[in-house]
Amino acid sequence: MSDPVNLISEWFRELLLGWGLSSTLVQLISFAIGAVVVCLVAMTVVILLIWVERKIAGRIQDRLGPNRAGPFGLLQPFADVIKIMTKEMITPDGADSVPFNLAPVISVAAVLLIWAVIPFAATVVGADIHVGVLYIIAVGSFGIVAILMAGWSSNNKFALLGAARAVAQMVSYEVPMVLALLIPVLLAGSMGINGIVEAQNVWFILLAPIATLVFLITSMAEVGRAPFDLLEAESEIVAGFHTEYSGMKFGMFYVGEFLHVFTIGALIATFFLGGWRGPGAATYPILGFVYFYLKAFLGYFVITWVRLSLPRIRIDHMLAFSWKILTPLILVILMVTAILVKVLENANVWLFTLVMLTANVFIGWAAVQIMKQVEQSKPPQQTFEGRPVAMAPKPPASANS
Amino acid sequence: MLDTWLYIGIFFLVAPLIPAVAILIPKVIAPRKPNPIKLETYECGLETVGDSQVQFRVQYYIFALIFLVFDIEAVFLFPWAVAFKQLSLFMVVEGIIFILILLAGLVYAWRKRVLEWA
Repeated sequence: MSDPVNLISEWFRELLLGWGLSSTLVQLISFAIGAVVVCLVAMTVVILLIWVERKIAGRIQDRLGPNRAGPFGLLQPFADVIKIMTKEMITPDGADSVPFNLAPVISVAAVLLIWAVIPFAATVVGADIHVGVLYIIAVGSFGIVAILMAGWSSNNKFALLGAARAVAQMVSYEVPMVLALLIPVLLAGSMGINGIVEAQNVWFILLAPIATLVFLITSMAEVGRAPFDLLEAESEIVAGFHTEYSGMKFGMFYVGEFLHVFTIGALIATFFLGGWRGPGAATYPILGFVYFYLKAFLGYFVITWVRLSLPRIRIDHMLAFSWKILTPLILVILMVTAILVKVLENANVWLFTLVMLTANVFIGWAAVQIMKQVEQSKPPQQTFEGRPVAMAPKPPASANS
Repeated sequence: MLDTWLYIGIFFLVAPLIPAVAILIPKVIAPRKPNPIKLETYECGLETVGDSQVQFRVQYYIFALIFLVFDIEAVFLFPWAVAFKQLSLFMVVEGIIFILILLAGLVYAWRKRVLEWA
């Protein structure tokens, strides 16, 4: 009873074999059903997460959030789905219809594909391929193609600008993200996702807190959420790449964004928070699901919290932040991690954790100090002479006497 | 081993299918009343001026070049990281020299002011 997923799949396989189907066909059918179930569970979780996010946003902004449809407003996202399904989908004049219709599909599919390799529990590991990390990086980049397609095919200047910005942002933040993922790979000595989870006797967030932070920041930029939502900055370029989308096609971009955020929570849980591991998860795989989803939700909550707390940053600051701070920082951390792992190869686990944690905290502190120094040594900001400034007129001198 | 790749292959078929179905349902049930004004592209309430698929100055094409270099070098580092536990100290030092060269390249680009938004 402790492993219901495998129990059901075994029973189903026996049933199909009993009908006299060939074992290859049974394999194919069970894989297809597994894929559909994984995708549908992810999509359903997202529908609930939309409610969670609106509720959190409401609380942070000192209001109630959705509370009309159903208890605690729980039926609100379903009402929204029904509404958006009955809305007209407009294809604007001059739009390139093939990429225009394909873009929302790809933007959701790119995120769903990541779920193929994520291990949910000790016995439910998805596809345990040897190059899991590279697969995630490669598949995650499909989303950029979708945004570029949407921006180009919309026949709208705002959409085109938004797409161009998205490419700049994602190209810049891809580098520190890939380098940050090198650190769990190095610590685990494996590129398979399951290998990385199984190597986390000590959670990697304790061994590599800075890599975790860099991965969190860069993936937030990859999704394009506030404070990195320059690709759809309302005050500058209307709605960015999805200006011309309406109805369910817009809904798919929306769902894709939420799904991506939750997927990033899942990736942080897998790479840095020990995945499905927790007390009793090895003997009772069902507990692994609980731990995994709790950790993924923790990551999701942090991203939402940041989104609701920080304003949007300027585009040149954003690119400079990636190239001048995150990339050098993660390269230094990578070198230090490599040296320490080699030097402390035979050390006690606790000593190793302590040394890694201290090294990370020290490097983080040093980075902050260097940034402060640079900021102080800059010449003061240029002021524009002769610019008219609104000032109260001076009272005539005679008024005082 | 092939089985896991078969699973990923099936996933590549299923993943686009689900959003495609979600878009096809409203194709049937949603209203569809196009008119010329509705179909115009949005440009702050004005009629769209000129061609929309315009060329403009992309300030960051150098960023894209640096990205290419860094991404390829990161891919070179992945095998090094996977085999890390079996490497001798000499190979670790070699890897670190490789990262230092990467860092030197970044500093060079920085001093050449290609990382400025201009």
